[in-house]
Amino acid sequence: MKSYETVIGLEVHCELDTKSKIFCGCTTQFGGEPNTHVCPVCSGMPGTLPVLNKQVVNYALKAGLALNCDITRYCKFDRKNYFYPDLPKAYQISQLYLPICHNGYVEIETESGRKQIGIHEIHMEEDAGKLIHDEWEDCTIVDYNRCGVPLIEIVSEPDMRSAEEVIAYLEKLKLILQYLGVSDCKMQEGSLRADINLSVREVGSDILGTRTEMKNMNSFKAIARAIEGERKRQIELLEEGKTIIQETRRWDDNKDTSFGMRSKEDAQDYRYFPDPDLPPISISEAWIKQVKNEQPELRDEKMTRYMKEFEIPEYDAAIITGSKVMADIFELTADLCKKPKEVSNWLMVETMRLLKVHDMEAEEIHFSGNNLAKLIGLVDKGTINRTVAKKVFEVIFTEDIDPERYVEENGLKMEADDGQLRTVIENVLAENEKSVQDFKAGKTKAMGFLVGQTMKTMKGKADPGMVNRLLTEMLS
Amino acid sequence: MDLTKLSALELGREIKNGQVSAVDAVKEQLAVIKDRDAKYQCFISVEAEKALAEAETVQKKIEQGEYKNSPIAGVPIAVKDNICVKDMYATCASKMLYNFKPGYHAAVIEKLKEAGAIIIGKTNMDEFAMGSTTETSYFGETKNPWDIERVPGGSSGGSAAAVAAEETPIALGSDTGGSIRQPSAFCGVTGIKPTYGTVSRFGLIAYASSLDQIGPIGRNVSDCAALLEVIAGHDIKDSTSVPDLDKNYMLALVDDVKGMRIGIPSGYIGEGLDPEIRGAVTKAGKVLAEKGAIVETFDLDMADYAVPAYYVIASAEASSNLSRYDGVKYGYRTKEFTNLAEVYKKTRNEGFGQEVKRRMMIGAFVLSSGYYDAYYIKALQVKALIKKAFDEAFKKYDFILGPTAPTTALKSGNNLENPLKMYLGDIYTVSVNLAGLPAISLPYGIDSKGLPIGLQLIGDAFKEKTIIRGAYALEQTRPAIRPAL
Repeated sequence: MKSYETVIGLEVHCELDTKSKIFCGCTTQFGGEPNTHVCPVCSGMPGTLPVLNKQVVNYALKAGLALNCDITRYCKFDRKNYFYPDLPKAYQISQLYLPICHNGYVEIETESGRKQIGIHEIHMEEDAGKLIHDEWEDCTIVDYNRCGVPLIEIVSEPDMRSAEEVIAYLEKLKLILQYLGVSDCKMQEGSLRADINLSVREVGSDILGTRTEMKNMNSFKAIARAIEGERKRQIELLEEGKTIIQETRRWDDNKDTSFGMRSKEDAQDYRYFPDPDLPPISISEAWIKQVKNEQPELRDEKMTRYMKEFEIPEYDAAIITGSKVMADIFELTADLCKKPKEVSNWLMVETMRLLKVHDMEAEEIHFSGNNLAKLIGLVDKGTINRTVAKKVFEVIFTEDIDPERYVEENGLKMEADDGQLRTVIENVLAENEKSVQDFKAGKTKAMGFLVGQTMKTMKGKADPGMVNRLLTEMLS
Repeated sequence: MDLTKLSALELGREIKNGQVSAVDAVKEQLAVIKDRDAKYQCFISVEAEKALAEAETVQKKIEQGEYKNSPIAGVPIAVKDNICVKDMYATCASKMLYNFKPGYHAAVIEKLKEAGAIIIGKTNMDEFAMGSTTETSYFGETKNPWDIERVPGGSSGGSAAAVAAEETPIALGSDTGGSIRQPSAFCGVTGIKPTYGTVSRFGLIAYASSLDQIGPIGRNVSDCAALLEVIAGHDIKDSTSVPDLDKNYMLALVDDVKGMRIGIPSGYIGEGLDPEIRGAVTKAGKVLAEKGAIVETFDLDMADYAVPAYYVIASAEASSNLSRYDGVKYGYRTKEFTNLAEVYKKTRNEGFGQEVKRRMMIGAFVLSSGYYDAYYIKALQVKALIKKAFDEAFKKYDFILGPTAPTTALKSGNNLENPLKMYLGDIYTVSVNLAGLPAISLPYGIDSKGLPIGLQLIGDAFKEKTIIRGAYALEQTRPAIRPAL
């Protein structure tokens, strides 16, 4: 078999996190009752007109600048015409001729080192609605809530050569967009969607092979599987001496295979032309400058700063900044309790452990830095010990409770009164004569047992250090 | 006093002075409509109950001292059926929207309400404003009140005929390629196509978005100026509407053209123009010169290319604008279908008339890949050149004088058989839309067939006042004309 190279380019659709839709005042919130987030404008009623939400342009500029793009100073919206029930105007307002950003790049890092992936363009457009097929009634229902939710489409150059590079590119994009605050990038809610353009060619060739476009992957894992599957399919075809058809394919992750949807021959002619309802947008130098000035700290800068400012090891800094949610919690907590290392420990050990237990992504963390700071304060003041603190943290992690109140209400405070502790230890020693004998005979293990018995009687609310000290004193 | 013979401003004054109540004005108007509309068929829907209820509300408010600055409070108005009035039909004279009632007002309707005008009904038009005769309406033709054997022009034929037949003192039309001016000329009334961006298009059901403008139709220049003053102005719901307009159009109602420079394009009075209309243009030029204006003929470049460029651009936009009528959400839906493609195909085949289909086909063709550059882009280049030619002209002239249409009102019947001939009738009007300029059509005499002749005054962008002034001065020099009703 010849040796092949895979060539991959991505089209990433990303829903922008603006409060209102791109051309009307409706909310962009996900998950409302069907057809409740709609108005005559976004449902395309006759006579209505789009009015551009300037925040969409701001967000597209933020993304473009963070992805090292040139900004199109005079850009326009175009109409993409096609019939489908989820598209009530029968055209999507998008950008073809003059997209807002072009000619950028992102740097990714994989096992094989650093690499730049070119960004061909970024354009703004409106999302379409959703068709829901009702199997029970055997009919299709349209939900227009998503109509007019702003999107940017980030089109890469065909610069990726493996699933690993694709995932690294997507992870990087996702982090940048999340750090910019322009999108929550939730694949499961469809706010980040990627189409994969893939072709193969013999190693050494500089001519691109015939590509296919793959749609419908809703996780990074599915994307990796789809790439592997399509790469194999194309190579097999070539090896059999067959040709690859330029077509759009739909990935079925359950069947681990893809199906042809439509070939180039029956590709639609979208009859793009400039939308006469929307005047061209002039983007001034001052506007770009303002967006630049307002750019937040991105991941790489943040990581460096954590290492320097908080003296956190690189590995830890990478994990914490690997999720915007975690980095936000870290900064808020550290700011409140002034113990960045302590915060980092809670995130690196307990938080990571619980994420695994609950099979959650870091983005799904929903406890507040406020409560973690209070918890750290409780340990610091000796109100609770670490063992209790870990238990309390589990509740914070799942229910985001106020640890101060929780400790109070559940009587978890450490007993600092050593008079009471002495009495308890006396009783423990009296009840466990055998262990006392063992200890005195040199079996140090017995000490652990006695500490355990004392803690048990104290229901965990004793300072283990003090229990140790008193026991040693009383046994000698 | 016969209230329906009064102009809008006269009626508004009587109502304001308490001589007449808005309710009586509306009642009399509705009676006239009932009496005459079977003959002229100007209206698609008459909203008698709503109009009377509104008149009562407005009358009360007038008595409480409201609408102080509105000259048309309590005055009835007819609205072209492609302009949305909440809870009234907006059919665009198409089977496709035969049952469509919008849940929102067009921006101009909000403004009419603020001014206390009373909407009495929705007027007939060419289907989706495509046509020059009002014969493409799904609801039947409107008759020209001057001669019911003739068409009222189009596409705002219902509005122009209603004003001529005294079924309303004023009306709203829309003008994409001459659709206010040409029917105004055919029906012997006055109409203004404002500069693109002057009047909000929100709620105007689009034909060609880059060319459409709503404008007034009335029995004289003053009524049109007053109505334009009410409906003009920036609207945040229409991104193409212009902020900071000087819209005191009524201040331009002065009989003084001394020192004004007026150009008559030689191509506008040459071949293809009815000699009697040419005579009227020449006469108007002389009259203006006698009043102290400087009048001369000049060459306006690119005029020959206006019609083809217009039909490419307008059809392209129409093909996209009208795609939303697919039978899914509102309007007509085919009765029998087995799948989605069939819903689309049958609905659109059964719901649209011939002319609309023709333009959507042309539009889809000129936008399709491989033809886009040769047609659509080329047409946009012509559009830019036409604008440039006008810009040059307005360096020399305050306004341009010419005919509105090459003929007076056409016989009805076989106009739709030769669409190309019909398109050429737009020769003097479409370039104004392509250049986004304001123009007014006003009646100026009657031809030997007893039909009104229309003159057109074209102004530079946002110089409505200049053409209103010119038209007002001309109006003073000719007797008012009225059809025998």
